[in-house]
Amino acid sequence: MDDLITVEASALTRAYGGRAVVNEVNFNLNKGEVLGFLGPNGAGKSTTMKMLTGNLAPTSGTVKICGIDMIENPKEAKALIGYLPEQPPLYKELTVDEFLALAARLHRVSSGHIRKAVQHAKERCGLTEMSKRLIDHLSKGYQQRVGIAQAIIHNPMVVILDEPTIGLDPIQIRDIRALIKELGGEHSVILSTHILPEVEMVCDHVQIIHKGELVFNGPIDVLRQLRQGSRLLLGLRNAPAPEELLKVAGVENVELLPNGLMRVRHTEGDSPAERLAQAAAANQWGLYQINPDQTSLEEVFVQLTYQEPAALAA
Amino acid sequence: MIFAIARKELKSVFVSPMGWVVMALLQFVFGTFFLIGVDQYFQQMSGAMRPEQRLGVTEFVGHNVYGIASFVMLFAVPLLSMRLISEERKHQTLPFLFSAPLSLIEIVLGKFVGLVTFLTILVLIVGAMMSSLDLWAEIDFGYIIANSIGLWMMVASFSALGLFMSSLTQQPVVAAILTFVALFALLILDYFFASDPNSVMNYLSLLRHFEPFSRGLLDTRDFAYFLLFIATFLTLTVRRLDADRLRG
Repeated sequence: MDDLITVEASALTRAYGGRAVVNEVNFNLNKGEVLGFLGPNGAGKSTTMKMLTGNLAPTSGTVKICGIDMIENPKEAKALIGYLPEQPPLYKELTVDEFLALAARLHRVSSGHIRKAVQHAKERCGLTEMSKRLIDHLSKGYQQRVGIAQAIIHNPMVVILDEPTIGLDPIQIRDIRALIKELGGEHSVILSTHILPEVEMVCDHVQIIHKGELVFNGPIDVLRQLRQGSRLLLGLRNAPAPEELLKVAGVENVELLPNGLMRVRHTEGDSPAERLAQAAAANQWGLYQINPDQTSLEEVFVQLTYQEPAALAA
Repeated sequence: MIFAIARKELKSVFVSPMGWVVMALLQFVFGTFFLIGVDQYFQQMSGAMRPEQRLGVTEFVGHNVYGIASFVMLFAVPLLSMRLISEERKHQTLPFLFSAPLSLIEIVLGKFVGLVTFLTILVLIVGAMMSSLDLWAEIDFGYIIANSIGLWMMVASFSALGLFMSSLTQQPVVAAILTFVALFALLILDYFFASDPNSVMNYLSLLRHFEPFSRGLLDTRDFAYFLLFIATFLTLTVRRLDADRLRG
């Protein structure tokens, strides 16, 4: 049961006036996984999510939710999804309880279970104190939580969240991330964002979409490996000429950085850190810092989105 | 499902002052005309000696009240129907309904039923007011029922048109104006073609189909007209919402 495919998108394409906003996007999502959907603004993240949830008809391609085709059996497929759009869809004239009860009723929670479902969703999203408040009077962060509560109230197989942490304060962001991680245990979650650390924290799988094309699709570990290039950052008080460093086995290239540090490129899989430290001690170079030089996730992201998509599409 | 949406719509009307204000104002207008009607009845009937000049009190007062009711509804329904879909567009809440396991037909019917339920309350109150004449006179219940059915069919048609107009725009006010203009045009259509009593256009006039009801006549042709009118605009609304999904 564990590797049950919950979302299956094949050759998903959406064109506006002949211009493809989303082009031939393919992916599968297994049960219990959290999929991060990354991309710059206007890359087609929201459009893809609208298609997955049946809010937008794809120009071509299919979406299957647990094997049920979204276009042929929209009602059955939609019953398995909880969706939080970019702008949380809230009826502000209702109270939290009223709104969640409506959401439960529309998602066919049987009338005997509505109270329990509402209670459960409120507990998970930290809304119990707000039950009787009008949604209009809640802060943006709480409104966002109501949006999430509305998406998980019927215990759907797939939860799709479009930028769920936007506009929240750091503590709320942490809470919501914890909630998403928790959701990942029993539901499949698709999460779109352009905040990179968020993806690293909560997702098992990452997809990077750029100009409507999927440029990266793989587990988060692969992305992490991309981050850690074969480079060291070295700080020496009495720095010798770069040629001296090149004599240390494994060092391929030395680059002086403006802040006084040196960037050492070495052969892959064989870090010369130890040998460099020994050499520094022997020659009194005054070593004060040595650590792997991590490219920021941003750099990886920029690399991925601006190089030829074909090179990395896995 | 339809009733879950209808219930929400009804709730939205009653949690805002709008519903109560409209209800109170309309009732004030109907009540005033009812009183004036009763007053005038005595004045006129005391002067009418010959039997053929005499008119039943139900018909006399009812003509007054139902005449003004159909006219006032022309203003009231656009105000009530304007926010049904346009406001959801404006606040971007439509995805909530679209991603729930509902068909578009259920969504549209739910909204329609919600509004019509509210208007039914108004029609029933007017009917109850007319029936109160029964306390001191023998009245013609058939006449009241026919008029109530006619008024109800007409406000339901107004609602269907209002719902469609509301689906066209993001601005509730624009929807209200569009609805009002369209309804007004349909109501006075037969004035334009008064010179040619056989013109097809006359058949399209809403008021012309309400008129038999107000005489106490239930004609299947009028029922058919109103039902087709409602079905047409509800279908157009579904089509309009479907276009959202297709065109984005």
